[in-house]
Amino acid sequence: MTKIKKGTSYFYLGLVFLFLYAPILVLIVLSFNDSMSRTVWGGFTFKWYLNLTSNDNIMNALGTTIRITLASSILATVLGTSAAIGIHYMKKRHAAIMLGATNIPLLNADIVTGISLMLLFTRFTPLGEFSVVLAHIAFSVPYVIFNVLPRLQSLSEACFEAAMDLGATPTYAFFKVVWPEIFPGVLSGFLMALTMSLDDFTITYFTKGAGVNTLSTMLYTQLRKGIQPELYALSTILFLLAFVLLLVINFKGKGRDNRKEAVAK
Amino acid sequence: MINKFRTSFLAAPYAVWVLICTILPLLYILGYALTNDAGSFTISNLTAIAEPVHLKSLWLSIKVAFVTTIICLIIAYPVALILHNLKITNKGFIVFLFILPMWMNFMLRILAWQIILSNNGILNSILSAIGLPTIHILYTKAAVTLGMVYDFLPYMILPIYNALSKINDQIVEAAADLGANWLTTFTKITIPLSKDGIISGIIMVFVPALSSFVVSNLLGGGKVLLIGNVIEQEFTLARNWNLGSGLSIILMIFVLVSMSIMNKVDDSENGGMLV
Repeated sequence: MTKIKKGTSYFYLGLVFLFLYAPILVLIVLSFNDSMSRTVWGGFTFKWYLNLTSNDNIMNALGTTIRITLASSILATVLGTSAAIGIHYMKKRHAAIMLGATNIPLLNADIVTGISLMLLFTRFTPLGEFSVVLAHIAFSVPYVIFNVLPRLQSLSEACFEAAMDLGATPTYAFFKVVWPEIFPGVLSGFLMALTMSLDDFTITYFTKGAGVNTLSTMLYTQLRKGIQPELYALSTILFLLAFVLLLVINFKGKGRDNRKEAVAK
Repeated sequence: MINKFRTSFLAAPYAVWVLICTILPLLYILGYALTNDAGSFTISNLTAIAEPVHLKSLWLSIKVAFVTTIICLIIAYPVALILHNLKITNKGFIVFLFILPMWMNFMLRILAWQIILSNNGILNSILSAIGLPTIHILYTKAAVTLGMVYDFLPYMILPIYNALSKINDQIVEAAADLGANWLTTFTKITIPLSKDGIISGIIMVFVPALSSFVVSNLLGGGKVLLIGNVIEQEFTLARNWNLGSGLSIILMIFVLVSMSIMNKVDDSENGGMLV
């Protein structure tokens, strides 16, 4: 690349960065704003950070979000990994049917998935945290399956059989031979499920019932009534956490490629 | 030897799951769509899409989704290309910086856009500070489109970047050796070889943009009614689950049709390239 072209490239990247980060900058600035107004700067303060833990509304929503996200992504990973192994060893025709069904939540619009699950849940179970966990599993299992399957397909069966020939039990052989190979896929599937669940609004909105709020659904109601400034503080903390996590993953190197795969899928 | 028959039963819990949480909900939505509130069969919930107010919002959704996709593609392709051509060691980190904003709660980022775009907001403060006329963009289609471009841009950048990373650099060099200039190499080699990435990017942006209702609610201020907003209102405000289900089925068909069109484009090109 010539010098000038390099300059314009960096300028262009910078502009897109500015576009992506402008709203985040605004939120961070507002988290230190002493005025309740969104547009007037009232001086520097830490009070929203100090008030944060005593705001029950926000703390409840944060707790609910963490519980739902962890429960659904762990369960989705277990269900999806076992499903991927099962599908891998199925007859071709049966595997094709299972994969077709697995594609449905990916192809469907969020709003349709949310509504169809709500229609089902209202018949059989009261809407609440439990139904949200089920719904989150429903949309994240496919990501786990599609992350684990390629790993299984590139696995050499000879290794597993060699382990068996050498006297390993199938379980032992699985954990010594298969598991290390598929683990990166399981991990990236889990991380994707985690990310999707953490940020989901639409499906939670339809399946949550009254009284249950994740951060996203709480924000949705607050955006109309006026937002509590403590939320700016919380968002700044969460953003910094993500940033630090990213630095750790990035400079540890090893996990880097998995994460990239996870987000890029 | 792996007992394949027995191992395949590891998928049994998932098979049950698929029946209950994938197939059954779809049957429910279809059931609601094909009945009225008294429970008798009707197709009026499906034909309701032809009512002017519904047709208008469907058409608007298609337009907004289309424009959003095009803008994302125009912004994202150069970004992916520049990222790919960066000659620095820690390229992964730069790519991460493009993903990081996605980890901030989506609702908060949209809120920030409300603050930036509002009439006495940051954008207008900057505009008037440098002597330009202020603009009233919040609660218009333009604001909704901007919000969607913002939200979906990473979904366009990443697949294109991945597709570019898979291109064998030797092919590009060979084209240059054979006398192709930059533009020819770009249009004859780079674009065709990154087509898969472009297509998955288009799908990942177009489909959610077509069915979104949150961005239009918050940045359109209830004045921009997309088909997603109409469906949401039928379920939450009007409590007409049958009509809501009927319109959802129509939306589903639209999504499936647009995806299969895209896949067809994809297939034919691949076939052509193999020959």
